[in-house]
Amino acid sequence: MITVKNLEKSFGMHQVLRGINETISQGEKVVVIGPSGSGKSTFLRCLNLLERPTGGEIWFEGKLVTDQKTDISLLRQKMGMVFQQFNLFPHLTVLENITLAPVTLKLQTKQQAQDNAKRLLERIGLWEKAQAYPGQLSGGQKQRIAIIRALAMNPDVMLFDEPTSALDPEMVGEVLALMKELAKEGMTMVVVTHEMGFAREVATRVLFMDEGKVLEQGPPDSFFGHPQHPRLQDFLSKVL
Amino acid sequence: MDWLQKIGYHLYRTFVEKDRYMAFLKGIGTTLEISFFAVLLGTAIGILVAVVKHMAKNHRFLHPLEWLLDAYVLVVRGTPVYVQLLILNTVVFASVQNKILVAVITFGINSGAYVAEIIRAGINSVDKGQFEAGNSLGLRDGTVMRLIVLPQAVRNILPALGNEFVTLVKETSIAGTMAVNDLTKAAERVGGATYDLYTPLLSIAVIYFVMVFGMTRLLNWFERRLAKSDNR
Repeated sequence: MITVKNLEKSFGMHQVLRGINETISQGEKVVVIGPSGSGKSTFLRCLNLLERPTGGEIWFEGKLVTDQKTDISLLRQKMGMVFQQFNLFPHLTVLENITLAPVTLKLQTKQQAQDNAKRLLERIGLWEKAQAYPGQLSGGQKQRIAIIRALAMNPDVMLFDEPTSALDPEMVGEVLALMKELAKEGMTMVVVTHEMGFAREVATRVLFMDEGKVLEQGPPDSFFGHPQHPRLQDFLSKVL
Repeated sequence: MDWLQKIGYHLYRTFVEKDRYMAFLKGIGTTLEISFFAVLLGTAIGILVAVVKHMAKNHRFLHPLEWLLDAYVLVVRGTPVYVQLLILNTVVFASVQNKILVAVITFGINSGAYVAEIIRAGINSVDKGQFEAGNSLGLRDGTVMRLIVLPQAVRNILPALGNEFVTLVKETSIAGTMAVNDLTKAAERVGGATYDLYTPLLSIAVIYFVMVFGMTRLLNWFERRLAKSDNR
């Protein structure tokens, strides 16, 4: 579904990604971990071109994402993204946040979008907040709404950029629970996170990044049970 | 009661005699007309300039245009509006008979430069994550700007924008130096006819004040209304 070939990204003189090769198949749940500054967020943000790579190729559903001629907006419709800071639109109600993109892009009628939003909001138990503004919600509520806002576009893959890092500890659970549900339903997911428990439980594959490279990867059992690379051993000894 | 009679006499001569109040009413109408359309033109120019300048950050082909817009803002802000009016009236639009139109264009172009800077500050005040969230949903840059960023930007800059509109209304008082019968010109003409300039000038000072005061109240009301949905 997503193929990354020799991906490189530099900010000025500073090279953040140093040649990443990766293939993510339909239904996989790939969790990316690594120390801060390792380039894991940049890697994720390159996938939907929020950061434009300075080298290499990214393919998504048979289309070359990194080609200048590719209409990235069309591809982004199929790649949902969830941010660390939620990034809900503060001037719109919860319902408008969810229906804005599908209605504006004429993918759904207003009625369809609202029905869909209602179904999604009921699913996370927040239908009564439909007319509220983001400023009136807790962090956990905001992030769950950000997730269903992305889901309302019926994406083929969901990208999560440290979705629980900005949350109070007691709200992490509700967000992870929703993500686990999505995983169970077969959603293809790429998750950058520090939640090792989530990685162990949900991931089909875990990547360890450091200094712009993927140093080690594997299914969670062997990844956490028998880490090979000394940097990974060192990292895990600090976070576990 | 002598002075009261005097004031009454002057007011009578200025407003009632020969239906001179009509000149003031027409003057108010002209001033409001120029102000209204100049605000519209200025806002349109300001948004356009600010958005193009913002987009130029990511699109190299817009750089020459950005340079041009920078020059526009620099020149307009660096020269007196009165000089701009004289140049546009006597040089650029010398053959245009509709002097109200010339005034609207002058004040619109002038205000546009200031509005552009205000809106640019407003766009910068919106978190980068808002652009990214909009883009990540598949919305194009223009749509993100229109539906997500500008509404938030305008809310943040409403006081500054209101200030600019108030300034514009007052600045139109120099339009009378061309053959435009705005409120200030009306006062001068009436004063010329009655050999009494004090009364009409003091009167229009009050009228301008009331107009600006009303505008300020309107803008405050608008601000409060926007703030209601703003629970950030």
